[in-house]
Amino acid sequence: MQLTLWTYEGPPHVGAMRIATAMKGLHYVLHAPQGDTYADLLFTMIERRNVRPPVTYTTFQARDLGGDTAELFKTACLDAYNRFQPEAMIVGASCTAELIQDDPGGLAQALALPIPVIPLELPSYQKKENWGASETFYRIVRGLCRANTDTSSRNPKSCNILGPTALGFRHRDDLNEIRRLLERLGVSVNVIAPFDARPSDIARLGDAAFNVILYPEIAENAGRWLEKNCAQPMTTIVPIGIGATRDFIAEVGRLAGIETAEFLSHETSRLPWYSKSVDSTYLTGKRVFIFGDATHVLAAERVARSEFGFDVVGIGTYSREYARQVREAAARLGIEALITDDYLDVEARIAELHPELILGTQMERHIAKRLGLPCAVISAPVHVQDFPARYSPQMGFEGANVIFDTWVHPLMMGLEEHLIHMFRDDAEFHDGAAPSHLGHAAQKSAASESILEPIETVSAIQQAVNLEAGWSADAEKELKKIPFFVRGKAKRNTERYASELGITLINVETLYDAKAHFSR
Amino acid sequence: MNLPFRVPGAEPTGKGCVDQPVLKERGQREVFCGLTGIVWLHRKIQNAFFLVVGSRTCAHLIQSAAGVMIFAEPRFATAIIDERDLAGLADIDDELDRVVNRLLDRRPDIEMLFLVGSCPSEVIKLDLKRAAQRLSKLHLPRVRVLNYSGSGIETTFTQGEDACLAALVADALPDTKPASLVVVGALSDVVEDQFNRLFSAMGIENVGFLPARKAGAMPAVGPDTRYLLAQPFLNDTARALDELGAKHIPAPFPLGANGTTAWLKAAADVFNVPSERFATATDAGHKRAEKALTAHRETLAGKSIFFFPDSQLELPLARFLYEELGMNLVEVGTPYLHRQHLHQELERLPAGTVLSEGQDVDRQLDRCRDAKPDLIVCGLGLANPLEAEGFSTKWSIELVFTPIQGYDQAGDLAGLFARPLNRQARLGGL
Repeated sequence: MQLTLWTYEGPPHVGAMRIATAMKGLHYVLHAPQGDTYADLLFTMIERRNVRPPVTYTTFQARDLGGDTAELFKTACLDAYNRFQPEAMIVGASCTAELIQDDPGGLAQALALPIPVIPLELPSYQKKENWGASETFYRIVRGLCRANTDTSSRNPKSCNILGPTALGFRHRDDLNEIRRLLERLGVSVNVIAPFDARPSDIARLGDAAFNVILYPEIAENAGRWLEKNCAQPMTTIVPIGIGATRDFIAEVGRLAGIETAEFLSHETSRLPWYSKSVDSTYLTGKRVFIFGDATHVLAAERVARSEFGFDVVGIGTYSREYARQVREAAARLGIEALITDDYLDVEARIAELHPELILGTQMERHIAKRLGLPCAVISAPVHVQDFPARYSPQMGFEGANVIFDTWVHPLMMGLEEHLIHMFRDDAEFHDGAAPSHLGHAAQKSAASESILEPIETVSAIQQAVNLEAGWSADAEKELKKIPFFVRGKAKRNTERYASELGITLINVETLYDAKAHFSR
Repeated sequence: MNLPFRVPGAEPTGKGCVDQPVLKERGQREVFCGLTGIVWLHRKIQNAFFLVVGSRTCAHLIQSAAGVMIFAEPRFATAIIDERDLAGLADIDDELDRVVNRLLDRRPDIEMLFLVGSCPSEVIKLDLKRAAQRLSKLHLPRVRVLNYSGSGIETTFTQGEDACLAALVADALPDTKPASLVVVGALSDVVEDQFNRLFSAMGIENVGFLPARKAGAMPAVGPDTRYLLAQPFLNDTARALDELGAKHIPAPFPLGANGTTAWLKAAADVFNVPSERFATATDAGHKRAEKALTAHRETLAGKSIFFFPDSQLELPLARFLYEELGMNLVEVGTPYLHRQHLHQELERLPAGTVLSEGQDVDRQLDRCRDAKPDLIVCGLGLANPLEAEGFSTKWSIELVFTPIQGYDQAGDLAGLFARPLNRQARLGGL
């Protein structure tokens, strides 16, 4: 059993729903109890989709358990086929149905429907949403795509784009950005899947020369199958950030046989200049903590380090399937990766590191709010705010612009930061005041939250900064003069310094000694 | 395949819909399970914590159910069952102890812990009652541990609150001074305060509310206690109260000016409140409510409304909209129809109203599209798709999360139905 306040991922059948909902002409019959239909609202409310997900739930109840739930499944399956007339169907069980072991795959096969029916085995008590999406997409590709290793008739400058799903973090806009980029490069797109693909489109995936894998968590398994069965190589670089986008273009160039140097010299983004402009000097060495799905975390690590000039002090992911890659990235930075889906562990690590910026998910935004730290969202799990009306990709050159704005926005601007250093007791320019560019709303919400959540200052923070050495009154007063957004770090450093030297009472001298000791 | 709108044989009887046949449906239900009640219960009972013993789906459901994620730290969590638990490799008692200890260490403010059963915990027959008793022994006097089931195989949406309150009643200790009147069903604090003032003005003393705002402050119940249901979905809670000897005061539900007056009057009659005193206590409120409703009547009168089943509030709401705002009822769906508790509501509904219980969502959508109602009350999964088809919708979950009971909320309640139509008018050019 695992204590879970928030979950980063839904169950695997929600991953399957993300594939089914992204596609057209595919229907998902899910053996599930009453209540599991909540998942529909993820798509209709959070993503604001204007149609119901193509999912039929059997909705069994306690009284059915003694009877024939298998028959219930068959009826639901047949009704769904008759009503929706899909080109293909996927069938499976949610967590509760898995326990009653009705074998939806076998039951659906027995109906002998005149369309392909793909059974899904998604172990709910072991696996999670992204795995479910990946497995479902893989099963669909394997079940519907014509294997074909004859490459002679293929246009070498053609590809499929694999990975974008429903309810994906900026998938809609990433897809547009990359599709346009490929068009400008002269690469034609054969099929995009699962986004808007029909089962008949999946059948002709093999017509392209190679595959562009946008989100490895979702499409890498299918990509490997296509590599083997359709002789299609795949891209390995996720084009998030300037460096990665350039590398991606070069990789596509190699796969398609296109010279890209000239192309690259014309492509521009504002990020490099904005980052080099003197106003951004204050970004240098800001200590950031990165957490999210592996794709976005790995990309953010590179961008943070080499395109913003940040120090990455912590990195982690809830994508266990990609733990190795994240651990490798952490090792290159000389830090330890946090591989967990436990929100409380993430909270504890952030409290311990006290970074100056968190790049995380909606969950870390919550942690950031509690700890009074700035935060930008870089990854799923998604929130309604992650589906902005405006064009807002993460990928490609426009994605880099979006990232620059998104990450800088929560930070104190350069000169403002200096002024706070200089005039600490200004009535409007104190700890409690939000950055001026964030307006009054931010202040109000901070205030009202402290009323709503009086209890929350306990626990993690206090545990993390459990005082070993005591603070003299003078030192404590001096500590308060340090701007709040670096005070946590100063406090932690001073205490570490004191404990290393065996100092039991921290005075003003200790504080400044520690500052000198840790100055960079 | 579409069913006719007037149920055949439904002739006016002079008793409203009391003897009316109900269209019973069985199929896909687009409703939440009882775990969803935690979303409001954990805010209502301020020192209680709700620990669902279930799957990742349960955790995901509660975090998604409020429509968006909640940004204040919740007083709920899920103990996610994993394959080790299923395979019997882990001792469930040890696992629960570990999880509960971690939780209580983190939240020293918690004084009551609910272990909430789910579909998986019911299917594998986890004995949470025994677990709660065991954990209570470990953690009393600091924390009292209770249990109930919010599983989808047993409960629909608001039935989770019913199960929770029934557990609270069952846990009640004998008390020397039981409340004379208990109002049952979670109400927003502001509504509770208003009702308290009204009962006090009528001279009814010693009124308790279940649930109370604090665990440990639940009203005592005994054979002299009378109770009024403030919510229509409290079947099991009522039964538990009956077992303690408390007596139900039959009444319509306190929605709208008439509904609220009738509800208060039912109590007043039982407590022998003189009619003058009742009038003095309630006239002002009743008039205020009527005045507030006038503003919305123009928008709503003559408009047709279709209810998909959701919270079991559908019948009382339909009665209010028909009786006080002049709306036409196309179909009133409810997940479960408790004829006894809803008797007075059924009496007031126009004869021939199509009542449906349970759901086959696709067939119901067919009926709804054919009827082209002016307004559809439905869950979050259906609202945007129906809006995209050109219908106006009111998400039903808002009716559970908003103060709607009592005189001073009658206008707000009507406003919830008028707003989608106003909005449609304003955005007509889009």
